[in-house]
Amino acid sequence: MPAVTETIDAVQSVTHSTYKYGFETEIDMDFAPKGLNEDIVRFISAKKGEPAWLLEWRLKAFALWKTMAEPRWAAVKFPPIDYQDAYYYAAPKKKDGPKSLDEVDPELLRTYEKLGIPLKEQAILAGVEGAGESPAEGRMPVAVDAVFDSVSVATTFKDRLEKEGIIFCSISEAVRNHPELVRQYLGSVVPQGDNFYAALNSAVFTDGSFVYIPKGVRCPMELSTYFRINAKSTGQFERTLIIADTGAHVSYLEGCTAPMRDENQLHAAVVELVALDDATIKYSTVQNWYPGDENGKGGIYNFVTKRGACRGARSKISWTQVETGSAITWKYPSCILQGDDSVGEFYSVAITNNWQQADTGTKMFHIGRNTRSTIISKGISAGQGQNTYRGLVKISPKASNARNFTQCDSLLIGDKCGAHTVPYIENRCMTAKVEHEATTSRIAEDQLFYCRQRGLSEEDAVGLIVNGFCREVLKELPMEFAVEAQKLLQISLEGSVG
Amino acid sequence: MLKIEGLTAEVEGKEILKGIDLEVPTGEIHAIMGPNGSGKSTLSYVLSGREGYEITGGSATFNGQDLLAMEPEERAAAGLFLAFQYPVELPGVGNANFLRTALNAIRRGKGEPELDAMQFLKLARERMKALSMPEDMLKRGVNVGFSGGEKKRNEVLQMALLNPSLAILDETDSGLDIDALKIVAEGVNAMRGPNFSSLVITHYQRLLDYIVPDRVHVLMNGRIVQSGGPELAKQLEAGGYNSVQAA
Repeated sequence: MPAVTETIDAVQSVTHSTYKYGFETEIDMDFAPKGLNEDIVRFISAKKGEPAWLLEWRLKAFALWKTMAEPRWAAVKFPPIDYQDAYYYAAPKKKDGPKSLDEVDPELLRTYEKLGIPLKEQAILAGVEGAGESPAEGRMPVAVDAVFDSVSVATTFKDRLEKEGIIFCSISEAVRNHPELVRQYLGSVVPQGDNFYAALNSAVFTDGSFVYIPKGVRCPMELSTYFRINAKSTGQFERTLIIADTGAHVSYLEGCTAPMRDENQLHAAVVELVALDDATIKYSTVQNWYPGDENGKGGIYNFVTKRGACRGARSKISWTQVETGSAITWKYPSCILQGDDSVGEFYSVAITNNWQQADTGTKMFHIGRNTRSTIISKGISAGQGQNTYRGLVKISPKASNARNFTQCDSLLIGDKCGAHTVPYIENRCMTAKVEHEATTSRIAEDQLFYCRQRGLSEEDAVGLIVNGFCREVLKELPMEFAVEAQKLLQISLEGSVG
Repeated sequence: MLKIEGLTAEVEGKEILKGIDLEVPTGEIHAIMGPNGSGKSTLSYVLSGREGYEITGGSATFNGQDLLAMEPEERAAAGLFLAFQYPVELPGVGNANFLRTALNAIRRGKGEPELDAMQFLKLARERMKALSMPEDMLKRGVNVGFSGGEKKRNEVLQMALLNPSLAILDETDSGLDIDALKIVAEGVNAMRGPNFSSLVITHYQRLLDYIVPDRVHVLMNGRIVQSGGPELAKQLEAGGYNSVQAA
């Protein structure tokens, strides 16, 4: 049975729970003392055996962070966060020796099984001949890097990728084995002092994924990272760095879940993408962090900085996100279109139900000539949810013939939710062309009745209509994620009608 | 069989149905004719369970089941199908996906096994061929960008696939050219049989040249004022609704 099918089955098997990833795994954990100061930054760096330059880099970030304040311009409300009342390092206790699934705590593997993560490439890691080398049912295999609280616990398909010269590993490992690449690119897209949360992340990031695709290589499989916050009172600060060298292609998937807790947990990740000449990076996210309960208690604060640099000519970066979880989402995956003829894309579905708040969108910086960007944003609000699209299209004077097309559609379910669209356009180029379309609609009574007359339950009808509304975005997702995402949309809206 | 007794219903406080009595035995096709505003569409929505229609009295049973106590989807699972006067657009929802979801929902309701994508496509292609419908209609969004005739044919396709035991056709002939009308009529006639009954609501006699009803009822001002054989439709065509009132 292919891993993909397992994932889908796992998703489909539970359709009536409200948040099915809300379990906690009992594992021996290794914590840093609570709170945040220079010593904690040093502790983290020492725990990871980092070189001096990286410690310096972190300390610089920490010094910057201390001078900064939380951004308050987003249309989200939350009580002040006590940054001293959290653990900044929590890792499953590990035995010594090289990483293999055998040496990972079996409790952890059971967790991933519950999540339906295709970590079943155990056979390959265990050295079983031919296992996983011929994907069943003609599906593409997916290489997975799994990050549990603060550390990456397992990366699959490594050997096969190495044959192509592809590096796919945890960022800690990359620091040890490929320091020159990390040093060259880390912080080159999102500098340490970029914003409050990025500075915090730069100081205390604990792990994340690293990808390097060499010149002219088309990555033969989807690369995927699953993030899970498990321990209580911990933040997760992962850092992802993806570099596509000249002519390289890669598609990367990211998924995330967390246990149900009545406290709020902070997730402040940074993702940096670099695409050189003729390179393409496709980055897809299905974000399903715990959204809090129906009264708005608990849930993840998802304050994330994601940015890609199209450095090379004809390079392309495409972001696709399906945001169903988190109590608050603050996230603007962006593209810096430096290279001539480079292309940036942003496809987004964001759902807010119950008391969830989302302020999300993108920024497209047109710097090179003939640069093109497309923004398709679909916001769905239900319950008391508030959903804001916030976007910036900025065209510099040299970006001749730049093109942008933006479409923002909002769907409202019920009469207590809100949808907001805040598009900024700054055009300094006479030959540029910028288009913006926006709609706001409700699920019409006649649509629901039509579906129900054909035998669909009200919830199935809403699911079908919402999936139709999001189709332009969902079709951008790799097959493996599309099915999961469709199911998630429906689960996220349970209880929103009737 | 469908049995309606003394059915009264209001819309926004206004009484529209003022006491309908009607029986459609299994295997028969009955036509309901009447001028605009007589309550034809209200009757079809009340029977299928649309919100916003308040039933103030009377009863409606289908094969002994109390229709009025059921949710719309339960009525559908019990075999009731409504061909809409104005089929609704569902942007982004593929027609094939919609039809399969609907078919499987109804099969589930009946306790029958669901069809997988391949089995469904085979069935859908057969039915479409019978209705002279181009196959690309499966790939398009539900009713999105369909012409009036295409929408109505899509309704008939859904009926053919869902295989109801009672089909209510709400002015399915409106806006159809003669070729489309023939196709729709053929679709209904193909379903005729001892286990199928239908309530054909129409404004004009024209459709009844192609779907010949067992009985014709005239609905005026919320009541059935006259019933008869197919010849009643012709009489109406010749003399207008006033001729009925006079009778």
